[in-house]
Amino acid sequence: MIRPYGMNTARRMANDGGRPLGLLLLFCLLVAAVLWSLASGARHIPLATVWHAVVGFDGSREHLLVMLIRLPRVLAAVLAGSALAVSGVIMQVVTNNPLASPGLLGINAGAAFAVVLVMTLFGTGTGDVYMWYAFGGAGAAALLVHGMGSFGPSGHSTIGLVIAGAIVATFLTALTSAILIFDQNTLDAVRLWTAGSVTGRTMAQNAAVAPYILTGLAAGLFLGRHLVTLSLGAEAARSLGQNQAVWRSVSIAVVILLAGSAVSLAGPIGFVGLVVPHIVRLTIGADYRWVLPFSAVGGALLVVVADLAGRMIFGSQDFPVGVTTALIGAPFFLWLARSRAGGGS
Amino acid sequence: MPVDESNRSAKIAGRGVSIAYGSRRIVEDLDLVVPERRFTALVGPNGSGKSTILRTFAGLMRATGGSILLDGRSIATLGAREMARRVGVLLQGPVAPEGLTVRDLVQQGRYPHRSLFGRWSEADQAACEEAMMLTGTTTLADTPLDTLSGGQRQRAWIAMTLAQQSEVLLLDEPTTFLDLAHQIELMNLITVLVRDHRKTVVAVLHDLNQAARYAEHVVLLKDGRIAAAGHPSDVISQDTIADVFGVRSMVIRDPVAGTPLCVPL
Repeated sequence: MIRPYGMNTARRMANDGGRPLGLLLLFCLLVAAVLWSLASGARHIPLATVWHAVVGFDGSREHLLVMLIRLPRVLAAVLAGSALAVSGVIMQVVTNNPLASPGLLGINAGAAFAVVLVMTLFGTGTGDVYMWYAFGGAGAAALLVHGMGSFGPSGHSTIGLVIAGAIVATFLTALTSAILIFDQNTLDAVRLWTAGSVTGRTMAQNAAVAPYILTGLAAGLFLGRHLVTLSLGAEAARSLGQNQAVWRSVSIAVVILLAGSAVSLAGPIGFVGLVVPHIVRLTIGADYRWVLPFSAVGGALLVVVADLAGRMIFGSQDFPVGVTTALIGAPFFLWLARSRAGGGS
Repeated sequence: MPVDESNRSAKIAGRGVSIAYGSRRIVEDLDLVVPERRFTALVGPNGSGKSTILRTFAGLMRATGGSILLDGRSIATLGAREMARRVGVLLQGPVAPEGLTVRDLVQQGRYPHRSLFGRWSEADQAACEEAMMLTGTTTLADTPLDTLSGGQRQRAWIAMTLAQQSEVLLLDEPTTFLDLAHQIELMNLITVLVRDHRKTVVAVLHDLNQAARYAEHVVLLKDGRIAAAGHPSDVISQDTIADVFGVRSMVIRDPVAGTPLCVPL
């Protein structure tokens, strides 16, 4: 009998304490992908030159290309990918729903809508000022979904939350589309951004968002142990003495911080927040103290690779990474889920 | 020999407890005493309110009236963490997320003992290892829960509860879904916990004869009221069984343990 890949790995990794090693390996993969991404493009730049551009910038054409175009782009991919994946993990635990992600629960759509609305009303400008609107939009959408989800006789049912999230996400996305149809200027500015894109990011934009994402990631890693407790279910968590109101609120705040930052930087890149947590759990198990760091690195890796693949396969520097994350992520996820389900576990 | 439980101090005492789901009253004006360092079994027909009472005593449901005293102090004044350090609960049919290992689960039992930034301590480690040893789950430590049998999984959850190192254990139908061998194993574990580890154990049981055989204090419940409470040999009789379960029976002496054995007619 062929043992399913996911199960095998989960056992082995849990058994020999291979998780730190696995995390290191994944991190090395990320570094390799980042270097590859810096080197490749319309014009290939040797890694040695990339390195010199970073440590000893001399203003040459190649160094300018690395420092002004490629490095900001790949940094944006790393920041957005890790933020979306970690917020996806937290959402899935807090809502006790494997399909939850910031995308599905309207948080990305809320952030995107707020940014587009502000651009339309006040004109387009530099990226960093939109962050607070993205936070506001993400927070408002989260509150709205939470409020709608608690209607009905059973209070906070997960089904209620998912339905409310789908309604809010669809509604806000439709509003965003409607605005963009009537406002050609904003459309030109955000056309790629609304699909999720890291094209044309600047170092300044990265620097503006990075503190929030790093804070969110640090808080997310700290949450790990409490997420394991939450994931046992409301009653079990309570019997262990967990103050669920507090930990749920903290978790949602971290999600809004991470998803809001990621969306303001790179637009609502879909699929990362849904698929990365699943791939990680299928591979290393459900101990969230490990799922969180693996997802942070894995999410960054997925977005960097997706961006790289988009550029290489479609030959366009503008191809939105939000499209390729789904093109790469979906088949990989299906393969992993099938190989796991085939094991009859 | 029947033991007189009235001399033993009450670990938990419900005084005039009322419990309701919305407008539906489940329990009204209940006085229930759980003797310290004894195995108490709550027995009664479906819908008699035994699980509801247990969950209310665990602080998972709020009593609509009356008070529940733990060591003489109302549990309403205890915080969730303080409560969890003193009372461990095994819920009915708990579900762990896929891929969580036995060790991961058992370590969760230390949750109420750890401070916000507290590191995993040697005491935490020792508590988990003892809990796994007592439940025979040490060799399963690195196995994901979803690959275990029902009996093994139940033992893992009990290990988590034991890792809490609470003086009181409340078990909601711990033997349901277990085969006979695992049921006996669990009853023996409870006996050891009470005798050697000074625990106070309360379990909701379906099997009257199991309660009679292993418990030292039996509470027979009917429609949210106590029909009889005391030592099994004082409580289990043809009359009480007819009253509580509506079943005609003969009560004989268990040829092995000497406890009362109910044989339906």
